[in-house]
Amino acid sequence: MGFLSFKSKSAANLLRLPAGCFTVDSGGKIVASTLPQSFPAPLVQEIATHILATFRDAAAAQLPLTEVIVRFASLKITAREMHGGAIIFLAPHTLASNQN
Amino acid sequence: MPERQKILLVDDDQDLLDLYQQILAQMPSQPEIVTAGNGARAVTLLEAEPFAMLICDLRMPRMDGLQVLAIVRRKYPQLRTVVLTSVLDEEFRSRAYAIGVDLFWLKPANERDVRLFIECLESLLNREAQTGFRGLQNKSLVDIIQLECLSQNSLVLRITNGPLTGKIWIQNGEVIDATAEDLAGEIAFKGILTWKTGSFESLPADPEHPRAIQKSYNALLLETVQAIDESHGSTEGAEFHGQIESAEALPLTMLTRLDGAEFALVAEADAAGHADSRGLENPERTTAWARQTLQRFTALADRIHAGQLQQVDCLGAQRHASIARHGETILCMGWNNHLSAEEIRERTRKALIQWAS
Repeated sequence: MGFLSFKSKSAANLLRLPAGCFTVDSGGKIVASTLPQSFPAPLVQEIATHILATFRDAAAAQLPLTEVIVRFASLKITAREMHGGAIIFLAPHTLASNQN
Repeated sequence: MPERQKILLVDDDQDLLDLYQQILAQMPSQPEIVTAGNGARAVTLLEAEPFAMLICDLRMPRMDGLQVLAIVRRKYPQLRTVVLTSVLDEEFRSRAYAIGVDLFWLKPANERDVRLFIECLESLLNREAQTGFRGLQNKSLVDIIQLECLSQNSLVLRITNGPLTGKIWIQNGEVIDATAEDLAGEIAFKGILTWKTGSFESLPADPEHPRAIQKSYNALLLETVQAIDESHGSTEGAEFHGQIESAEALPLTMLTRLDGAEFALVAEADAAGHADSRGLENPERTTAWARQTLQRFTALADRIHAGQLQQVDCLGAQRHASIARHGETILCMGWNNHLSAEEIRERTRKALIQWAS
């Protein structure tokens, strides 16, 4: 039993999808965050940039938005517009939650 | 003598690679095993020669398994992919399946696990060989159903058309039930048959499944094909009587008649591609916004390995909007602002089904 378990890896950790929320101001600066520190700051910034651009471009297309929900297979991002900035919620989902 | 299939095995631990090579050597089909010590090497090997299957560890330095799989799924959609990992975590299992891997397997810990693992790999390889019969893939869905029914087969056909999936239960050569999204029975069967393109997979028979369709398969196919022909005929009639709408534009107009819909826009994902809309005052700007939004979140999905982008729902004080993708086509719908986010999600799915049909 366990004849393959003699090997245990100490290699790099896999990147987990974060659960939590953060706020970004109208200039794109992250103001506050409850996301785990293990999730890289550049990726948080990238999410914020995309969300703000979506709000901004929608307004330019005469479609002003208050909320954007981005549904990925493993993650749901909900962003609410706040005075040019946004509060952004990240919620990963699993196979079990997908079935609900 | 048939050519041996090739399996690419990726793990950063050379001892484990050696061990797995010995294990895979027990496979009845005796595939050729090629190893790679990291993700970058694996991608290089895949570019250089064809493989039937990739078996990849998740936890690797620099380029982890999810990154490798995300690249591989996009570049080589026909390649069978297997995750072999010691990471016992629901999140990573879920994400691997979201990327589209065929099998997620914990590293075998005993002889029974090894035997099961080999059986699963062998089955996956055989499935690859079967679906390689391209002549069948080029048949219409009606032809495929007729073939199965004439052969008195029992199976479940799973049909995929972009984000839409449907199932048709065939028992002893008769169609007994179908489902497509939230439809069931005869309506679902007819809905599936209106899909213009897609792929199918044969699943094992489900003899316990209750019969919901009582008609013979012949009558069912005849009725469905007649209904499709009539709908095409009515479209041609509309053109003949000098109506403004072209045959291609009619479905777009129909989308704007969905409950709560305010506009409908269909565009090729490519910025230089064709776009058409109904109910929009400034279609160029909205088209550009929809394309950019889809492009940026598709790129984000790749960066954070969140799986495929399914839909973007947007709420506004004046009107809501949603964006979804069907193949290379973007569907952007405008919705009345009294609808909730969940209602938008559901109605966009229905709009996508209608468009795909």
